[in-house]
Amino acid sequence: MKIAVTSTGGSLDALVSEKFGRCQYFLIVDSDTMKFEAVSNLGEQMQNNAGPKAAELIINKGAEVLLSGHVGDKAENTLRKAGIKIVNGFTGNEKVKDALNNYLKTKEN
Amino acid sequence: MTISVASGKGGTGKTTVAASLASVIPQSVYIDCDVEEPNGHLMLQPKFTLEESVNKLLPEIDYNKCDFCGKCIEVCEFNALINLKFEILLFAEMCHSCGACEYFCPQNAITEIPKELGKLRSGITENGIKFYDGLLNIGEATAVPLIRKVKAKIDNEKINIIDSPPGTSCSMVETVKNSDFCLLVTESTPFGLNDLKLAIDVVKNINVPFGVVINKYDETFEEMENYLTENQIEVMLRIPFDRKIAEAYSNGILPVNNSDKIRREFIGLIATIKKKIKSNVTQMTQKKQIFAD
Amino acid sequence: MKQIVILSGKGGTGKTTVSSAFAKLLQDKITIDCDVDAANLYLLLKPQSRNQFEYFGGKKASINPELCTQCGLCESVCRFDALHNYVIDPLSCEGCGFCYRVCPDDAIEFTETKSGNYFECNLIDDSKFYYAKLLPGEGNSGKLVSEIKKSALTNVGENIKWVIVDGPPGIGCPVNASLSGADFVVIVTEPTQSGIHDLKRLIELLKTFSIKCGIVINKYDLNEKQTLQITAYAGKENIPVLGYLPFDKDYIEAIKANKTIVEYSSKAAKDIENIWSKVEFFMDISKN
Ligand code: SF4
Ligand code: SF4
Ligand code: SF4
Ligand code: SF4
Repeated sequence: MKIAVTSTGGSLDALVSEKFGRCQYFLIVDSDTMKFEAVSNLGEQMQNNAGPKAAELIINKGAEVLLSGHVGDKAENTLRKAGIKIVNGFTGNEKVKDALNNYLKTKEN
Repeated sequence: MTISVASGKGGTGKTTVAASLASVIPQSVYIDCDVEEPNGHLMLQPKFTLEESVNKLLPEIDYNKCDFCGKCIEVCEFNALINLKFEILLFAEMCHSCGACEYFCPQNAITEIPKELGKLRSGITENGIKFYDGLLNIGEATAVPLIRKVKAKIDNEKINIIDSPPGTSCSMVETVKNSDFCLLVTESTPFGLNDLKLAIDVVKNINVPFGVVINKYDETFEEMENYLTENQIEVMLRIPFDRKIAEAYSNGILPVNNSDKIRREFIGLIATIKKKIKSNVTQMTQKKQIFAD
Repeated sequence: MKQIVILSGKGGTGKTTVSSAFAKLLQDKITIDCDVDAANLYLLLKPQSRNQFEYFGGKKASINPELCTQCGLCESVCRFDALHNYVIDPLSCEGCGFCYRVCPDDAIEFTETKSGNYFECNLIDDSKFYYAKLLPGEGNSGKLVSEIKKSALTNVGENIKWVIVDGPPGIGCPVNASLSGADFVVIVTEPTQSGIHDLKRLIELLKTFSIKCGIVINKYDLNEKQTLQITAYAGKENIPVLGYLPFDKDYIEAIKANKTIVEYSSKAAKDIENIWSKVEFFMDISKN
């Protein structure tokens, strides 16, 4: 399963970004192998519709789940349309890999 | 002949001045282009005879043809389209109706369909003023297309008074450009002066001759007087601050219908503007002749 | 951190007077002037120092006459009446890029253009204050509002409790932009026909955002009948009236002296303090 995480940097040790539309990177992680791809978010500089544009990006990367701090309404609707599960509430002092592990653990239970 | 009435800042009495002007000109045409907050009808009380929809075009996608190639998304400068690979999402409030997506779609999958942007209302007042205004639908991003439609009602045989949106943005420019004259309404406060300077920059930029009306005039505010003298800007009318005027206004009564003195002043104002426009026209034709020679 | 946006619908109702008074009254705050078409707040808050930043509002097209073969295609596609005789009028150009994409000879450039400036300032109490100026005739004030808010609200210190936003007039796109992240909206209105008319349109807009709001009636004694009408309307809409400000020369005199009303008149300062306590009260209620 592919999981997208909003991130402040390009590695699993980077901190989670609480912002969705204007985060610096998306890490698209394959939860089976823990291999990942870091995609820089063009929407960070974008003036119009940054949230939905970011949603489009991770949809097209084939993610099924998104871990983030907070997702705006318009982006949320876009993600839901594409059937992506949104898990909000991660904070900026967690590392991406910890956020991932936390999510995978709660899923197991 | 078209005279627009503008102001750098809202609340200076722009609509009052515009409506007063229209009231003292027989058979005038009043055009309210302040489509976000049209208030002219409250002052002139026209009887509306017609209400038309003004539309903008939005792309609609035929999914029997679309193969999700993403070309439309690439050409949309306003990020109004999102590719979900099984659906193309349109964010209508972002769309500027430029038509690029329709033109560039390789599958001819896009048609443009009209959607209401606002209303254009026509009417007539008791004393025969032709009245038009536009009312932008709430939540719409750009007023310019609606302003264009409202401005199309200008009748070149008559004297047209246009109430412009406040500020110095694209809506104001769209409204004021091509006017024969622009009256800038301001008030005797630092805010008024600050915003007047911005508005003057704009009208100079688009080459519209202008004059200033000071509302709620207060002679003790010297900064404004100094600025106007230094820059040789003509003050065409000073309306002193008067609680009675303000009270009458709050009930929607125009000062020209409340005070003979003010009425006479507005009649004088329109005569001066007419003279100015005429001399401008002669100057221009003279200039053209020089060029022709 | 709570964000309070002050709006008016119609201009000239006293929005900036109220915003400046809040800004003077409060500590641990950031103040943002989002009225980018006609920024006035700085006249009253008198910043001590300022940093200037350039604002690029979007792209515009221009034709390189040396490459243009005058085929006329660009003119036929432009829907914004910006293209005449192979010249683009930058004031009319909407920045859609259509002409740039169709030109068969790559004769059109499409580049970011500067459309304004914004400023980061320090006030006398050492708090931060932001305002912006759009170049005359530029559209897209909504984007500038978003940009100035974004730069004001990144890296906000822990100690900041309040963000005071002097909003733009009207109900258009800049107003929408000024509302992002708002916790409470204070609407300043006046008892005039046009004031009420615009108040209603503004409230319609706020409903679509579902942000809590309250009303301040300025110059309430100018027309008590209309004031009552506003109160009744507010009651019907379930919107609290936060306070009434009188029609008083002091307000104009304060502006003329480049002062906020709370510095100028102790009576007005009391009125504003009362309004502020109502703001805090109703904001808290809205939480539960
Ligand atoms: S350009 Fe046409 S075919 Fe391609 S995604 Fe858009 S609508 Fe579909
Ligand atoms: S008409 Fe223009 S702005 Fe609207 S969706 Fe198509 S390309 Fe984008
Ligand atoms: S960019 Fe769009 S609006 Fe500007 S000139 Fe080209 S086609 Fe016209
Ligand atoms: S499309 Fe290109 S070549 Fe043709 S007229 Fe326009 S700028 Fe010139």
